[in-house]
Amino acid sequence: MLQYLALAAILFAIGIFGVLTRRNAVGILMSLELMFNAVNINLVTFNKYINPDNLTGQIFAIFVVVVAAAEAVVGLAIVLLLYRNWRGIDVDRINIMKW
Amino acid sequence: MEGETSQVIFYLLSFVIIVSAIYVVTLRNIFHSALFLILTLFGVAGIYILLHAEFLAAVQVLIYVGAISVLIIFAIMLTSQLANKEIKQSNEQVTVAIFVCAGFLMASLGSLANTVWKLTENPLPEDNTLTIGRLLMNEFVLPFEVVSVVLLAALIGAVVLARKEGA
Repeated sequence: MLQYLALAAILFAIGIFGVLTRRNAVGILMSLELMFNAVNINLVTFNKYINPDNLTGQIFAIFVVVVAAAEAVVGLAIVLLLYRNWRGIDVDRINIMKW
Repeated sequence: MEGETSQVIFYLLSFVIIVSAIYVVTLRNIFHSALFLILTLFGVAGIYILLHAEFLAAVQVLIYVGAISVLIIFAIMLTSQLANKEIKQSNEQVTVAIFVCAGFLMASLGSLANTVWKLTENPLPEDNTLTIGRLLMNEFVLPFEVVSVVLLAALIGAVVLARKEGA
């Protein structure tokens, strides 16, 4: 079991690295997907090894997938809107809400 | 699929997942990153099959590999006319980010090693997918319906955001 959790931790750390270092908004969204996947691996692993009598962990993972899909749709729509208004999607140039 | 075979498969899949995830966050060409993201998602689907979550593996392939990655590639295609491949894709926080990730990894792996888990030997139900369907239609029917409303809201939100002004 520990190997699966370790894999998920490594995947999540890589996702954090991507979110912190990418300048491209689409790159940040892709790193977010990596982190969602790490969380899902954790949920399924705990489901199998700690509470296998009902499948609550897998149900939760399905809901996480659905919410991730919704997040990707809205996020990419925002990216397209930014591209139309700023002619670029580098997040360090998008700072009008910063004071 | 217990024992040594699944161990070997697990290590192969982890190798693929980790290497391609690193490519996802470090490659300069964002389109290649998206292709490696697809490879990572396939690897995670394999991990689900090793964990006896066959339905989730199918969902992963259909939604992530089929839908989300196509969406991401669409976004890259629609926005990349200005994205010169020579432009640096990472900001100046790389060193700090490496330290943050290493710290997070140390903390989580340390707590994994030091926790006493209440493991059980009970196997998962054989007819996983059937049980998931029953649960979604009985115990979890309210979250199931709420999540469909979430999807509808996301759909309308995306249309409202992405349409041209005044159209």
